[in-house]
Amino acid sequence: MALEREDVHTIAHLARLAIEDEDVPAYAENLSNILALVEQMSAVDTRGVEPMAHPLAMVQRLREDEVTEENQREHFQQHAPAVENGLYLVPKVIE
Amino acid sequence: MHTKTLAELSAGLAAGEFTSVELTEHFLARIRQYDGELNSFITVSEEQALEQARAADVRRGAGKAGPLTGIPLAHKDIFCTDGVRTSCASKMLDPFIAPYDATVVARLGEAGMVMLGKTNMDEFAMGSSNETSYYGPVKNPWDTQSVPGGSSGGSAASVAARLAPAATGTDTGGSIRQPAALCGITGLKPTYGRVSRYGMIAFASSLDQAGPMAASAEDCALLLNAMAGFDGRDSTSAEREVPDYHAALGGDIQGLRIGLPKEYFGEGLDPQVAAAVQAAITEYKKLGAELVEISLPNTHLAVPTYYVVAPAECSSNLSRMDGVRFGYRCEDPKDLEDLYKRSRGEGFGPEVKRRIMVGAYALSSGYYDAYYLKAQQIRQLISRDFIEAFKQVDVILGPTTPTPAFRLGEKKDDPVAMYLADIYTIAVNLAGLPGMSLPCGFADKLPVGLQLIGNYFDEARLLNVAHQYQLATDWHRHLPDGF
Repeated sequence: MALEREDVHTIAHLARLAIEDEDVPAYAENLSNILALVEQMSAVDTRGVEPMAHPLAMVQRLREDEVTEENQREHFQQHAPAVENGLYLVPKVIE
Repeated sequence: MHTKTLAELSAGLAAGEFTSVELTEHFLARIRQYDGELNSFITVSEEQALEQARAADVRRGAGKAGPLTGIPLAHKDIFCTDGVRTSCASKMLDPFIAPYDATVVARLGEAGMVMLGKTNMDEFAMGSSNETSYYGPVKNPWDTQSVPGGSSGGSAASVAARLAPAATGTDTGGSIRQPAALCGITGLKPTYGRVSRYGMIAFASSLDQAGPMAASAEDCALLLNAMAGFDGRDSTSAEREVPDYHAALGGDIQGLRIGLPKEYFGEGLDPQVAAAVQAAITEYKKLGAELVEISLPNTHLAVPTYYVVAPAECSSNLSRMDGVRFGYRCEDPKDLEDLYKRSRGEGFGPEVKRRIMVGAYALSSGYYDAYYLKAQQIRQLISRDFIEAFKQVDVILGPTTPTPAFRLGEKKDDPVAMYLADIYTIAVNLAGLPGMSLPCGFADKLPVGLQLIGNYFDEARLLNVAHQYQLATDWHRHLPDGF
């Protein structure tokens, strides 16, 4: 299916991606080509076929509910763009 | 020293012919000399490498060396390394220094291997040519006007030019096997779950798998011995015994049943690639194998299915790259949404953005059944093809790629043409099977890769089958001129 410029804006918003206006036509074309490729799937009869989410038929492993990790907050936060008193700083959310 | 295999380097270190420090300095010098042209490394960690090499020599002196102790290697820049930048070839993670080691990095480190640095790759492993890297494309050592393949292109090129004796890679749709084929080296993608994904930056979590890239199947076996095994920190890690892959190399392949899928030898296959693969088939016949024609009827659906499953998973995995806790943040965000959108818009390159958007679209309300659910059902059909085939044969053989290395820039602006370059490798990831590529000849002076696909957890047999071919042929011994 061919995507319009409007569709590109909508999808980019869903994915929280800023896209330059001048790049929108190229994205519309490339994404439409990708969706046309994917469209080949629709010709296949998949009635009754169990969807496969994972390559190995395995059950999610569970572990005892015990503390296994130490607190390493400072170590992990040293590469954050902005922190203060152990908190990540972002622009004001509530006026 | 750089023309030796890992097995030969291991023997040389054990015999005291050279030390790990000498070996490491030799490879670091080669990187300085040649990598300006190839661009196969993003980061060279010279100081740490020499420190690790000194420690390896001390360990050897104390009589505690293993087969890999003191041998240098390069890690794909997708593996987190404590203290050394992990960029995933993205502007988004350009400043990122991981606070911990990936399990693969830790295990190879415990084996005593020396990390030379981090190799270039397609951004977030999304690409088949290494042209989507924020740090520029990698050149193919066999022809510097051609691509090395991707996404583990830097790992493949560095091993092919012997700037490193071995490297790690990851394979989501062919990212170990395709660059191994295009650069004339040997690479193995293990069964999903065989090698831990902990600390390996996620692209598509149900497909991603790490594996070794080296000069030979024997070298891959030595590396896999150290890499494979259960890891409680990876929720999909397989709880299974790890066989000694090196010990299994010598097995006789008389009577081995090799399946030749007719769909892998049809339209679109370059005649010179076909001829090289045919010659390998003849060689296997001489070694006593039995050739069986098989069919994998849903092969043509693998690329379309993958380009729903992989983007859907990537759009979810990459949502953590939001400019808040680590990585790139845009200048002067006016509110939180602006911070998310511009950090991501400026931090990701075009191919990553395309895949995130395809994924977001496929998962969006009203389209889920038509795309994501449908793709999961077809994934089941593709897997069943292999399960049926493995009732008749022991391994499956075919070309790794339809053509040898293509020219830099040739497919850069046509994503669909690029995606189709992975037509023979992608189904293996969808099914979760192990697969490998090994050199089997040349097409216009460019290497051709032979693909072997095994049944679940049958890496030992794959490596054995590849090793027997490499004992009888010398394609894996050819080196590019000028390095």
